[in-house]
Amino acid sequence: MQGLRGLAWLLAMQSVGELLARALSLPFPGPVVGMVLLLIALRWPLVREPVAQCADFLLSHLSLLFIPVGVGVMTHLHLLGTYGGRIALVIVVSTWVGLAVTAWVLFRLTPASESEDGHG
Amino acid sequence: MADFVALWVYLSATPLFGLTATLVVYVVAHALYQRAGQAAWANPVLWSVVTLAASLLATGVPYPSYFSGAQFIHFLLGPAVVALGWPLWQRRAQVRQRWGRLLVAALLGGAAASGSAVALAWAVGLPPEVILSLVPKSVTAPVAMGIAEKLGGIPALAAVFAVLTGLVGALSAKWVFKLMRLPYTGAGWPARGFALGTAAHGIGAARALQVHADAGAYAGLALGLQVVLASLLMPLLTGALAWLR
Repeated sequence: MQGLRGLAWLLAMQSVGELLARALSLPFPGPVVGMVLLLIALRWPLVREPVAQCADFLLSHLSLLFIPVGVGVMTHLHLLGTYGGRIALVIVVSTWVGLAVTAWVLFRLTPASESEDGHG
Repeated sequence: MADFVALWVYLSATPLFGLTATLVVYVVAHALYQRAGQAAWANPVLWSVVTLAASLLATGVPYPSYFSGAQFIHFLLGPAVVALGWPLWQRRAQVRQRWGRLLVAALLGGAAASGSAVALAWAVGLPPEVILSLVPKSVTAPVAMGIAEKLGGIPALAAVFAVLTGLVGALSAKWVFKLMRLPYTGAGWPARGFALGTAAHGIGAARALQVHADAGAYAGLALGLQVVLASLLMPLLTGALAWLR
């Protein structure tokens, strides 16, 4: 029951998020506004306890949720057939650049005192 | 045989088929992933997508009839994005203390991933609608679709690029970090996790969670930050990227 109550809270936050995003023509998608609303609401145990259960369950199976969209790759085979090699090159290189820049910046900005054994 | 064909035609057109196929294939792929010692190459999303797409193509089931069932799983991406507030809230003290450097890393990393994709895509002569769909590639799929639509790209293509980016990140991050000589101690783990969440969103975060608890926490945080930053900043590029079209 806690899990269901948590799902109800998540859906309610998403709905209010969608409404706010539309009504105020915010640049964010509805679920992102919902996430910010949830961050505010989590201070109340009435919200926190059920949401904790449901969120842990949903997020532990996050990768499952990407499959329906991923299978959509089959509808773009013509584009991938023509540009596949170049698209793969762009995706691979830019992902490596993103990974390296983020990790390097954060590692450099972390004071040595925070690394238990003084690395960095 | 004719009966079997008639049954198959009936079943493959009901929403039950897409939903069942997605869950069963994922459960099997996930079990094999555990068997393989959670090796990066055995990524369950990769093999589920390949298996499902190949089976649909082989049996001639069109994507929309598959999606009529799979949409029930797809729908949960919305509440899952809302649910990202939970891991963020749990680490609010850490986040508040390190706010500045996390924001700088998220901004620079996100800009580097997106900028290098656009520059390289333009240099190799990809068409404008493909380039515009590549801009939000490091943001989680449902949000990437919305951003691509605002920029004038193709939402479905943006979602596929986001999933591919997540897979590339989850599969190869280990070697990128090794090449950078990040230490396997102290600040090395948060940096790894944060980078995976920034450059490879939910699929990268799922990988980080399996490798190290600290890395997983920072990956969840990074992917939430990337969603907020990207949906705030990327639509501002609409004008700047208009020359492409």
